Parts: sequence; structure tokens; C-alpha cells
Amino acid sequence: MPEAPDTTATTKAGDVSKTPEGVLVAEAGPPPGKASSLWSDAWRDLRRKPKFVIPAIIILFLLFVAAFPSVFTSETPRLGDLTQHYLQKPELTHFFQPDWFGYDQQGRSIYARVVYGTRASVIIGISVTALVLVTGGIIGMLAGYFGGWIDAVLSRITDTFMGIPFMLGAMVVLVSFNARTEWVVILALAFLGWTTVARVMRGSVITIKQADYVQAARSLGAGTGRILLRHILPNAAAPVIVVAMVALGGYITAEATLSYLGIGLSDPAISWGGDINSARDQIRVAEHILIFPSIALSVTILSFLMLGDAVRDALDPKLR
Amino acid sequence: MGRYVARRLLQMIPVFVGATFIIFMMMYALPGDPIAALWGERAPDPAQMAQMKKELGLDLPIMQQYWNYLIGVFQGDFGIQIASRRPVMDVIGDALPATLRLTVLAFVFTAVVGIAMGLIAGLRAGKKTDSSILFVTLLLISVPSFVLGYLVQTYFGVKLGWITPSVQDSENWGELLLPAMVLAALSLAYVARLTRTSVAENRRSDYMRTARAKGLTQRRAVGVHLLRNSMIPVVTFLGVDLGNLMTGAIVTEGIFNVNGIGRAVFRALNTREGSTVVGIVTFMIIVYLVVSLLVDLLYAVLDPRIRYA
Repeated sequence: MPEAPDTTATTKAGDVSKTPEGVLVAEAGPPPGKASSLWSDAWRDLRRKPKFVIPAIIILFLLFVAAFPSVFTSETPRLGDLTQHYLQKPELTHFFQPDWFGYDQQGRSIYARVVYGTRASVIIGISVTALVLVTGGIIGMLAGYFGGWIDAVLSRITDTFMGIPFMLGAMVVLVSFNARTEWVVILALAFLGWTTVARVMRGSVITIKQADYVQAARSLGAGTGRILLRHILPNAAAPVIVVAMVALGGYITAEATLSYLGIGLSDPAISWGGDINSARDQIRVAEHILIFPSIALSVTILSFLMLGDAVRDALDPKLR
Repeated sequence: MGRYVARRLLQMIPVFVGATFIIFMMMYALPGDPIAALWGERAPDPAQMAQMKKELGLDLPIMQQYWNYLIGVFQGDFGIQIASRRPVMDVIGDALPATLRLTVLAFVFTAVVGIAMGLIAGLRAGKKTDSSILFVTLLLISVPSFVLGYLVQTYFGVKLGWITPSVQDSENWGELLLPAMVLAALSLAYVARLTRTSVAENRRSDYMRTARAKGLTQRRAVGVHLLRNSMIPVVTFLGVDLGNLMTGAIVTEGIFNVNGIGRAVFRALNTREGSTVVGIVTFMIIVYLVVSLLVDLLYAVLDPRIRYA
């Protein structure tokens, strides 16, 4: 193990010697610690890989659509125009027009609904991941660092939540709310979803807290808070972030599935899952009602998954 | 080994109690009264309602109710379904065979096809075959099962007529085949990816070099040495996934009209049938706990270095 960072450092330096920051990092040498070089190495790796760049561009685009849906369509997604029949075929050449993807049973523009539906999926996916990272991260870090009875209690709590089936548990939480807004769904998913992050964090902290630099910091008189935040957290974060990023696509799927079942976002909200649900009775005569929200959903999940994959490859020390 | 199992079983008790407690409390915090719902649109008769609540033990304080429920569960009594007055155990017993058949079929499909895909990809890591298999798995993960279900049902069921669009007879394995494939798609992709990573990592290990150096055929080296050593993460996932498949069946059973656990729990949730939901979720928690114990015991079979004292 001690040899591995050296060899990667030299090859990396050789690779990027033309870029000024590459030289800087190489010259900075080992003292700043593996943490900073792991992250900057990963970033340098990532931004040249199409596997990262393509999904990253799609995600930036999705974020833009989620923030400013009215840029992409002048139609409101809730306007039902009953003169527009859902059996008429979508006008695939009418780019960005309300009838681009056709109309649904209530004469609402499917294109407008696909555009406005982006927000729910993106917000829920990202917020659940952030919440899970914070709660699971804190619980896992405390359990791993302090050990003893704190670990015993926190680990049993983690086991307990892990024992509850994820989708079924989320459904039980959600049926008790009449108005299920984005926040209700986010909290319900995070409430049941933090366990994996906590376990990974705990394992990663247990390995790291025995490292020499942690002992050194402690003997120099650093307080618990400082050790946890400045020394342990940056070094334990990589595997946790990988787990959370790979799970992000799963949370988007979970929200869509719940909305599809009618227990996710409740009605005035626009969700691809809910639209797919209302399309199912017409699927044999009007496939476009189902197809377009499905494509949007799959592309979104796929780009987050690919991003997570690329980040994992870049941060995984075994592959370096 | 015996002591390890005993210790694990003891550790399961707080987890089981905690998980059922959370579900129980959430279900009873629900707005709406399942007893009043029995009268439908009419105003319920207060005396009769009080009598029914007393019979079902719903007039007791909530902690007392939970305690009674917990004692019942340890005696094999999962409560009473309010609307039908049947034991929840019977409701589960009626629905379980269909779900079990669907889940077993999906599980076999997940394990066999997933491991095969992962093995092929892992042995050719970095090549074209590998990246196309990886891409297929990404596609399978990103198309949610309800979309896949409708597509399969419309194209293979209605347009091509290869299968009956909805399952008429859940004892017919042939009819369950396609629903099971839809149910398995997501897990299959995860299994394939896990196997691939594990195989790609192990295939350059020393023991593989030794196996080949001592003249084993590729087939034997891969089948006996590589596969067995690569199975630990996959078995972990498969174990946890058995429960996921049973809950994932809520969607698949709904689309293909299979009368199983998923539909039973979904119906119960929509009618606020607390006792049925709690009973079924308790059953799922037991399945999860037992399977995760079995998985841990399987580790020792796969890797003899792991011993449980």
C-alpha cells in the first residue's frame, strides 16, 4: 500500500505536466495529505472522461429546466384544452410547441407536463441524497468514532431501520399525509434511506481513526470536534459520497414509483410517475401519453447513475 | 456455530421489536377510522362502534395495543383484519403462494442471468462485450418496473399475443414467467454489476494464476475458484434483495393482476386497514431477518476462512 500513491502520483504528474495546476499539485508533494490529491486527482480524471462529461451536461440541463421551466414552453401544464383529443398523434416536428408530444386525456400538453415534471424528480432526488448524507453521515461517524455503548445503540437503531422494507415503509409513512408535497416525500424517503450511508461511514471511520495522522492530531492536543471534522471527515467521505451518488437515481425511481401508485406527490403537483399512472388506461390506443414521461424519467435516472458510476471509478483507490 | 446463531437470534429481538413498533405507531397515527369506515356513507352507530372496538381491543391505550400485538406475534397470531374479521395470518396465507411463486421465479432469474452476465463482463473487463453488458444493466436500472411492465404487457401481451396480458391463473408458472422477468429486471442489473466488479478484481489474483499454472482448464479455474470467491458481495445483495422482490411485487402484481401479498398490502393501505398492513409488514421484517442470518451463515460456506465460533 505505501507504494501505490507514489506510482500514481508520478504517472499523473507525467500525464498532466502541461497544465499549470497539474504541475502545482505534483510539486506540492506528499505533505498536504492524500485527501487533497485524491479529490483533485479525481477531478482531473473526471473532466476528461466522456462517461462523466455527458451525464454532467445532461444534469446541468435538467437543473436548468427544473429552475426555469417557462423558458422551454409557454403552455401551462395544468391547462386542459378539451378541443385537443388525446387520440391525435403527437406532432413530432413541432419543436417546443405545446403539441410536440401530443395531449393527454384532459387535453393538457404532454410536452408542458414533461417540462414541469422535471422539478419534482430532480429536487426530490438531490434533497433526499443530501439529507441522507448528513443524517447517515453524522450517525455513522459518531458510532464509528466513539465505539462502545454509543456504537451499540446507534448500530441497533440502524439495524432496526434497515429491517423495515424501504418502499413499503415509505408507503406507510406517506398514506398518513393528505397533502403530500415535495417536502413530505423527501422526508419520508430520507427517514428510511439513511441506513446504508450510516453503515458505510461507520466502517470507514473505524479504519481511519487508527491512522497515524489521527493519533498525531490527538497527541498535539486537537479536540474531538477538530479531529472529526478536519482529519476524519475528509478522509472518510469518499466511499460515503460514492454510495450516496449511486443511490440518487434510486430515490428518483422511488419517488416516481410512489407517485405512480398514487401514494407519492398528491394531485396539484406534477410528477412523471403520476402522469405515467394516469396514462395506463390509454396505453393501447395512445402510447405517447406513457412514452414521453417515461423517456424523461429514464434519461434522468440514467444520467445520475452514470455520473455516480464515473465518480466511483475516479475515487476508488483499487482502480487507480 | 450454534452459539453464533443463538447470539444472532438474540440480537434480532430488539431489531424486530423496534421495526414493528415504528410501523405500528405510524399505522395507528393514520387519520381515518377503519371501524367507522365499515358503515360507509352512513353515520356509524356509537354503541355498536364501541362494542366492535372493545372486541378488537382498539379501545385500549396504544402501548397496551402494541404489547398485545407483540405477544400475539410470538404466538403466531398477527392480528385480525377489521373489515373481514379474518385473522391476518389467513389473509397472508391466501396471498402468499402467488407472491412466493412470482418471487422465486424472479429470484432464480436474477441469480442465474445476473451472475452469468456479470461473469461474462468481468472476464472481458474493459472490452466491448463488457461495456455493452454494463450499458444494458444501466438501461435496466433506469427504466422503472412500472414502465417496463406496461411496455411488456402491451407489446408481448396485446400486440404480439405471446402471453396473456394479465395473469389468469397464478398457479400456472408459464403465465408468471414474464411478470417475474419484469420484477427481476432491476435486481438482475445490480447482480450483474456486482458480479462483474468482483470477478474483474479477482481474476488477476494469485490463486487464479496458481490454478492456471497447475494446469486447470479455464472452465474449472473460473467455475470452481474464481466464481466461488467472487460470490460474497453477490450473496449479500441477493439475500437483502429477496425482501425487496416481495415488496417490488406491489407494482408488478398490480400491472399483471396477480393476487398476492403486494396487492393485499396495497389494498389495505388504501382502506387504512391498520392491522392488515402491520401484519404483512411484520411478516416481511421476519423474512428479512431470517434471510440475513442465512446469508451470514452462507459466507462460511463460500469462504472457509470465515468461521463462526
